[in-house]
Amino acid sequence: MSAATALRVEDRSTSRPDAGLAISLRGLSKSFDGGAPVIRGLDLNVPAGQFVAVVGRSGCGKSTLLRLILGLEAPSAGRITISGDRSSKRIMFQEPRLLPWARVADNVAVGLGRETPRAERRARALGVLDEVGLAEKAGNWPATLSGGQRQRVALARALVSRPALLALDEPLGALDALTRIEMQEMIERIWQDQGFTAILVTHDVGEAVAMADRILVVEEGTIALDVDVDVPRPRRRGDPALAELEGRILERLLGHRA
Amino acid sequence: MADSAAIRSLPGRTHRAEAAAPLQPNPLRLPTAKLLPWLLPTLVIVGWQAAASLGLVSTRFMPAPLDVAAAGWRLAQTGELWENLWVSFARAACGFLIGGGIGLSFGLANGLSNLSEKLTDTTLQMVRNVPHLSLIPLVILWFGIDEGAKLFLVALGVFFPIYANTLHGIRSVDPQLIEMGRVYGMNRRELFWRVVLPGALPSIFVGIRYALGIMWLTLIVAETISANSGLGYMAMQAREFMLVDVVVLAILIYAALGKLADSLTRALERTCLAWNPAYRNA
Repeated sequence: MSAATALRVEDRSTSRPDAGLAISLRGLSKSFDGGAPVIRGLDLNVPAGQFVAVVGRSGCGKSTLLRLILGLEAPSAGRITISGDRSSKRIMFQEPRLLPWARVADNVAVGLGRETPRAERRARALGVLDEVGLAEKAGNWPATLSGGQRQRVALARALVSRPALLALDEPLGALDALTRIEMQEMIERIWQDQGFTAILVTHDVGEAVAMADRILVVEEGTIALDVDVDVPRPRRRGDPALAELEGRILERLLGHRA
Repeated sequence: MADSAAIRSLPGRTHRAEAAAPLQPNPLRLPTAKLLPWLLPTLVIVGWQAAASLGLVSTRFMPAPLDVAAAGWRLAQTGELWENLWVSFARAACGFLIGGGIGLSFGLANGLSNLSEKLTDTTLQMVRNVPHLSLIPLVILWFGIDEGAKLFLVALGVFFPIYANTLHGIRSVDPQLIEMGRVYGMNRRELFWRVVLPGALPSIFVGIRYALGIMWLTLIVAETISANSGLGYMAMQAREFMLVDVVVLAILIYAALGKLADSLTRALERTCLAWNPAYRNA
């Protein structure tokens, strides 16, 4: 048994370097119905396995950027190059969006295609539920869970297919402060464990500096600021270096308004 | 018509849940709670029997409950009751399946396809505004007093509530869930079976319950006006011979059948909609 465990750990560590997708955007533009462009001539390189946070004011185009990267929208101009398996991209929405008529384990199994055999779908769903600490809720209806638990089920659904890119569209915005910090730590831990590329769109600059390797400030459809967060992990909340960085980014976001 | 049913019937459910909630899980109170709904009907029957026995009401126009029961026994013995009951039930079921099936199909088609809705919805809404019972003279001309007439009227009556509620149910499925399904790689077929249909089901059930009411109503009227068998026919025959007890018996059987159909639908709802807190067994 220990040999099998060792083998699996080794297997994971060898697969880690290429576990994520590398993203390259060149001159990307997007406008809707001939209106003013939401994204204008944006260039970006994200190396595989990086945790990128995208912050910006409402309507700056950050969610559109995420949808373009995921292929949910087609660009009006420019090119998106994604190295790796295109199908292994997953998104976590602001709302849990669980199917109310499917039990928790079945909701998680939605993340796996129908081509996966039923027994394997179930086993993998239970495995990832265990990872988010909800193994005992597998047979529950979503209506019986708390808001934080539902969002953890949504996280499990996003992770069950072992995606190479996880897009997070303000997934913690509706949670209370403590649950939010727990979720941040959980996402960070799983990201470190699995090595996927993560793109987090958020309003919360504090969340961005706590979780990300790199922060992009998007203003009027272009990248206004691109900073690396080189504070080592695990990061302590209230770390002065993080607070200083948060202050700088907030100043940039607020200063632009004046 | 059916839309107002959708609005009326949902708050009713939540009231029930609220009313049941404060009851303590006291084992002594449990049988009382179950019997309580039957208290009023029992009192009415007892009072009615007393009034008839004491001669307060004329049994010529309002027979005593025991007389009604005796009439039921008599007709059950001769087999007349079972035959008429079966004929009425078969008509109701066939008409319901035909009309409900067509209503469900149009509801699904128009909910899923804009083209289909553009083609048929306006026409259906116009036909819906014709009271279907007003067609009885025409239907008698077309079908005579054969089975066809009754089936046609019942099917027409149950069509609209099921159509309107199915359409409404599909239209009100959370678009965020549909987007989630697409993003998570569901094809159209999977999207329908896993997201759209389960989401529309509560509304479809509202349509079914409303349609069941219309089904009995239509059948009674149709059988009373033109038939040579069935419960309505039995009641009309009895009126001609002044057998008031049989008339009342027929009315009570209709009430019991309506209640039975409603209970069956509720049981079905509780199984199919167990995920929905509003339908969970309180």
